[in-house]
Amino acid sequence: MNGAAATQLRPGERVKRLLGSRQAFVALLGLVLVALWLVAVYQGIPGQRVLSLMVRGVMLGGILALGAIGLSLIFGVLRIPNFAHGDMMTTGAYLALLVMSLLPLGAPLGPFSFGYEFLIALLVAMPLVGLLGYGLDRLVFRRLRGKRSPPVIMAMAALGSAFLVRSLVYVFWGADFVFYYTGRPRPAFELFAGIRVRPDQLFILGLALAMIVLVYLLLERTKMGKAMRATADNPELARVTGIDTESVIRWTWLIGGALAGAGGVMYGLDAQLRPEMGWWLLLPLFAAVILGTIGNAYGALVGALLIGIVWQVSTAFLNPAYGPGVAFMVLILVLLFRPQGIFGKPGGG
Amino acid sequence: MALLTIEGLTTGYGEMEVLRDVSLQVEQGSIVSIIGPNGAGKSTAMKAAFGLLTPWKGSIRLEGREIGGLSSDKIVRSGMCYVPQTDNVFPSLTVEENLEMGAFVLSGPIDARKERVFELFPRLRERRRQRAGKMSGGERQMVAMGRALMLDPTLLLLDEPSAGLAPLLVDMIFEKIRDVNAAGVSVLMVEQNAKKSLELADHAYVLVNGENRIDGSGAALLADPEVGRLFLGG
Amino acid sequence: MSDVALIKSLLLTLPLAFLTWRALPAGWPVLARLAGGLVGGWAIAAAVTLLVPSGLMAYLVSFAIVGSIYAVIALGLNVQWGYTGLFNIGIAAFFSIGAFTTALVTTTMPTGVMAGFTQQAFGLGAPFLVGVLVAGVAAGLLALLVGGPTLRLREDYLAIATIGIAEVVRLIFQNERWLANGPQPLRGIPQPLNCLVRDAGCEWLPAPVMALFAPLAPRDYTFVYLVIAALFVILTFLVLERAIRSPWGRVLRAVREEEDAAAMSGKDVARIKLQAFTVGAVIMGIGGALYAHYMVSIDYSHFDPLYATFLIWVMLMLGGSGNNRGAILGAFVIWGVWTGTAFFVDMLRPALAAISPDLPARGPYLRLMFIAIVLLLILLFRPKGLIGEEKFVSRLSGGREQPQA
Repeated sequence: MNGAAATQLRPGERVKRLLGSRQAFVALLGLVLVALWLVAVYQGIPGQRVLSLMVRGVMLGGILALGAIGLSLIFGVLRIPNFAHGDMMTTGAYLALLVMSLLPLGAPLGPFSFGYEFLIALLVAMPLVGLLGYGLDRLVFRRLRGKRSPPVIMAMAALGSAFLVRSLVYVFWGADFVFYYTGRPRPAFELFAGIRVRPDQLFILGLALAMIVLVYLLLERTKMGKAMRATADNPELARVTGIDTESVIRWTWLIGGALAGAGGVMYGLDAQLRPEMGWWLLLPLFAAVILGTIGNAYGALVGALLIGIVWQVSTAFLNPAYGPGVAFMVLILVLLFRPQGIFGKPGGG
Repeated sequence: MALLTIEGLTTGYGEMEVLRDVSLQVEQGSIVSIIGPNGAGKSTAMKAAFGLLTPWKGSIRLEGREIGGLSSDKIVRSGMCYVPQTDNVFPSLTVEENLEMGAFVLSGPIDARKERVFELFPRLRERRRQRAGKMSGGERQMVAMGRALMLDPTLLLLDEPSAGLAPLLVDMIFEKIRDVNAAGVSVLMVEQNAKKSLELADHAYVLVNGENRIDGSGAALLADPEVGRLFLGG
Repeated sequence: MSDVALIKSLLLTLPLAFLTWRALPAGWPVLARLAGGLVGGWAIAAAVTLLVPSGLMAYLVSFAIVGSIYAVIALGLNVQWGYTGLFNIGIAAFFSIGAFTTALVTTTMPTGVMAGFTQQAFGLGAPFLVGVLVAGVAAGLLALLVGGPTLRLREDYLAIATIGIAEVVRLIFQNERWLANGPQPLRGIPQPLNCLVRDAGCEWLPAPVMALFAPLAPRDYTFVYLVIAALFVILTFLVLERAIRSPWGRVLRAVREEEDAAAMSGKDVARIKLQAFTVGAVIMGIGGALYAHYMVSIDYSHFDPLYATFLIWVMLMLGGSGNNRGAILGAFVIWGVWTGTAFFVDMLRPALAAISPDLPARGPYLRLMFIAIVLLLILLFRPKGLIGEEKFVSRLSGGREQPQA
C-alpha cells in the first residue's frame, strides 16, 4: 500500500476501528433492531404484531441456537466450517418422522399439537444424529486429519458431506414437504399485551432453553466439557497438554450432532419438513456462530437469538422468504466491523 | 543413566532440515539449558524432545525408553511435560480449569495436586476463578507452568519461559524454576536470556545452525570466551 | 458425403482441430502443427459425422455444449481456487447473474399478450456479444461487492459469504417477478447466429457463404452453438494460460503458497485476491451467459446449488485444481458421469421398484449421492485430481508443511 492511499484511508479506518470495539458493535446491532422496528412502524405495522414477531424471533433463535452451538463447537475444536450441519438438522427432523411412523398415533398432549410419540421420536433422533456426525468424522474427517490435509480440504469435505447427507434424505423420504401432523388445528392464544403465540412454539422455546442449560452444565461442570472448551481455544496446546483430542472430537460431534438433531425436529414441528430446510438454515447458523465468536458456545446462543429476532421482525415488511438474506446482511455487518465476533479478541478475525 | 538422552538427532519441517546430528542429555534432578542465536533450532529441539516432530535420524530416550514419534498423551503419562513459548494457556478457561486440563490423563481426584501448585504459585490461588485470557504475561506463564506440573512430571520442558516478560517478572520466573527444580523436577529449557539461564543451569548446550557447538556446565559456559562473544555481548 | 454432413463436419472441425493441435508434439514447427491440427480435426469430424447415427450425434453435440459451458465456469473457478486458493462455494451466484443479465440485455420487452405472462425490469434487445460482455461485468461487480469485505479475513469466511451471496441472488431471482419474471421462466433469449439455420438466412452474410449453410435445418442449430461455446472455451483457456505464466500469475500462486512472503515482498495480498476473485467471477458470468443463450428459457431453479456450484467443484477437483487442462477435462468427465448415471439409474428402475414403489422416482438423487461420494473419494485418495497441478519453473517456495506445535 502506498503512503498516499494509506493517509486517504485513515478516516474510514478510524471509524471502522471505533465501530469495532465491543460496546460500539453491540450498539450497532441494537441500532439495527431499532431501525427494523422503525421501518415496521413507518409501514403502519401495529406494534403488537412487531412484538409478537419478536417473541417468535426468540423462539426461532432458540431453534437456531441448537444448531449454532454445535456448529460453533465443531468449528472451534476441529477448525472445520461444517457445511453439513444444516443437513444434519434435516436428518434429525426426518429421523423423528420415521420413528413416529413406527409408533401408534397418540392423542395431542394438552394444548400442544403433538402426542407422546413425538417426544419419543425426538429422544431417539437426537443420539442418531450425533452418531451421524461421529460417523462422518470416522469416515471422512479423521482420515483427512491423519493425512494432515489443509483446512480448506476439510471444508470441502464438509460440503461434500452436506450433499451426501441430503441425497440420503431425498432417497429415503423424497423431495416433497411433509408435516409431523397433518390437519391438526394449531390455534394461537394470547400470551399478554396482544402477543399471540402457539403452544407448540412455547414448548420449542422451553425445550431449547432446557437443552442450552444442559450444554452449559456439560461445558462448565464436566471434565470432557472443559476439555472441549480448551480444545476449541487452542487445539495444539490441548494436544501437548495430554488432552485426548480424538475423544474430545468424538464428543464434539456426538453432542453437536444431537443438538442439531433436536434443532431440526423443533424446526420441523414449527414449520414443515423438507429436504432443503437445513441447507437454508446454514446461512443464519453461520451468521450466529461468527456473530458470537467461533468456538464460543454461549456466543453462538446470543448470536442465534439476535439473528432469530432480526429475521422474524423483518418479515413484518419483507417477504419471509428473505429471512436467510437478512441473516446474511447481519453477517456482512459483522465481517465488516468486528470479524472476530462479539466475544472475540481484537485481531482474532 | 541420564533421564533424557537425545542422540544424533536429525529432523525438520517438511523437507527443510532444522537439526543435524544433535545430542544432549538431562541428568536426573538437574536444570539443563539450551541457548543459541535466533533460528538455531532451539525450539525445534524442544519440540522434537517432546515427540512433536518425527526424528529422521537418531533417538530420543526418556529413562532409557525410546519415545521418538510417540503421541503427546503417552509422553505426558511417562513423566515429561511441555510448556510452549506462546499461547500456552487456554484463555477462556479459568486458572483452576487450566490446571485441571493439565491433569486430563488422570482419572482420580486431583485436589492435592492443585493444592501443591497453589503452594508454589500463591498468586494463582488468589485468582483461581479468573479467566486465563484476562491475566498478565507473568501470571500466564505461572498458569502454564502450573498446568504442566499437575502431572508431577520428572522432567519439565520450558520453551523460552521469560519471553516477552518485564525484567522483574523474568527474575520471578527464574526463581520459580529454581523452586520447581528444588522440589525434584528436572528441567530442560530453551532461553534467549543466555546469561540468566546459564547462571541457573547445571549444564548447558549451545546450538548454532541446528548443530551442537559447545556444551559444559553453566558456570563454565559463562566463563567461555566464545559464548561471551556470541551471546553475552562481551 | 452429403451437403449436410459436410457442413456439420466443417462446424465440428473447429473444436476438434484445437484438440488435435494441442495433442501434436510441441516440438513441431508452428505451421506444421496448425496444418496437422486442421487436417486431423477435420478428418475426425468427418468420420464422426458419417459414422455416428444422427440421433446420437445430436445428443453428443448438446452434451458437448453443456460440457463446454461447464468447462468455462470450471476455468473461472480454477483462477479462484486452483491458482489463488480462494474457496468460493457460491458459484451459482455468478453463474446465474451472468445468465439473467444477458437475458435481460438481449431480449426485448414483451408486448401484447406476452406482457401479461412475462415481466422483466428491462429488455434492451442488444446483440449476443454485448449480452455476454455485460454478463461478465455484472458478475465481476458482484464479486467486488462480496470480495471487498471478506477477502481480508480468514479463508473460511469467504466460503460462508459466498454461500450467502448465492442464496441471496437465488432468493431475488425467485421472488422478484418485476426483475426477471420471478418464479416463472424468462423466455425468448435469442440464439446467436440462429439466422444461419433459418430459411431467410443472415442478411449480413454474402449470399455464397450463406448458401454453404443452406442445407442446415433449424434443428441443426446446436452444431452452430457448439462452435460458439467451443470458441469461448478455447479463448478462455488460451487467455488464462498466458495470464498464469505472466508475472501476475506468479503473484497469484505466491499468494496461495505463502501469503506472508508475498505480503513481505510488497504485494497487497487482499488486492491480488480480489483481482483473482473478480477475474474468476467474470469468467463464471460469461459461462452463465452462454448457458442462457443455449437454454433460451431460464428460471431460478436452473441454478440450484447442486448444478451450479457443487458439480463444478467436483469437476475441478477431479480434473486437477491449478491446471486449466484439468479443469476442462474434469468438466467433461463429470458432466459425462452425471448424464451417464441418468441412464444407469433408468436401468435400475425395475430393481428400485422392487425395493420400494417410491424409489424409482427418487432415482435422480442416487446420482447426487454418487457424485458426493466421488468428491469425498477424490479428497481422501487423490486430492491432486486426475492431472495434478502444472509445475512452473519459478516456484516461490518449496513444499511448506504446517509446523506442528
